[in-house]
Amino acid sequence: MVLQAVFLITALLTLGSALMVVLHRNLFISALFLIASFFGVAVFYVLLEAEFLAVAQVLIYIGAIATLIVFAIMLSRGMMTGRTSPRNAQALWAAGGSLALGAALLYVVVFRVQWPVAEKAVPADMIQRLGTGLVTDYVVPFELASLLLMAALIGAVMIAREKEV
Amino acid sequence: MIPLSWYLAVAAILFVIGFYGVLSRRNAIAILMGIELMLNAVNLNLVAFWRYTQPDQVAGQVFAIIVITVAAAEAAVGLALFIALYRLRGTVHIDEIDLLRG
Repeated sequence: MVLQAVFLITALLTLGSALMVVLHRNLFISALFLIASFFGVAVFYVLLEAEFLAVAQVLIYIGAIATLIVFAIMLSRGMMTGRTSPRNAQALWAAGGSLALGAALLYVVVFRVQWPVAEKAVPADMIQRLGTGLVTDYVVPFELASLLLMAALIGAVMIAREKEV
Repeated sequence: MIPLSWYLAVAAILFVIGFYGVLSRRNAIAILMGIELMLNAVNLNLVAFWRYTQPDQVAGQVFAIIVITVAAAEAAVGLALFIALYRLRGTVHIDEIDLLRG
């Protein structure tokens, strides 16, 4: 009962913040609501007993990605409020398409499919297993991800730097 | 216990909100924020399926970690591109960036 209440409140806050992200005129306020939305997803991870992912969500999404977005907004200042509309010419079509897609997804997810309810417990040493898995069974994707991250960071520095070579 | 369909419904709505943001915004940074919302929804789906089907395996969580890494790389490169673009053209509105228009 308490869990359901926590879930519903979190869902309300997360989805409300997400709506503000896409609807608010001021881009900076959008970015702040984006942080709130990321935090709501972290709460969902805690509810799903994925503690490591909850911490990673707060550290990476809120600590790194949201900060990067705020920096980019400030570096392109003057763009964030503007006198023109924040929406493009196809916004109405986009709203219609999104509503249709959302209705279809919700119909399938809630009414059409019988989802498994089998309740297995999460092992107590889940984080230890995850760490072991990342350097044994899943070492190739793990190393590939680190390579991708390094390439992306070097590329980002090269693209964004001031001086032309 | 919370049914799996609740998580899937929240993830679906979050995805659609991000989708609308990507399609309707003019500012490229706002579009990137929409993409981040969509990636969050996908991750929520992955973790929910992990919890309700195979909580004793680590594959679901590893998948989510890789998705988070790719999202971070994508944000870094995307924002660097937008900053370079702003320096070059003085705008990050995607409908004013038409260098390739004939």
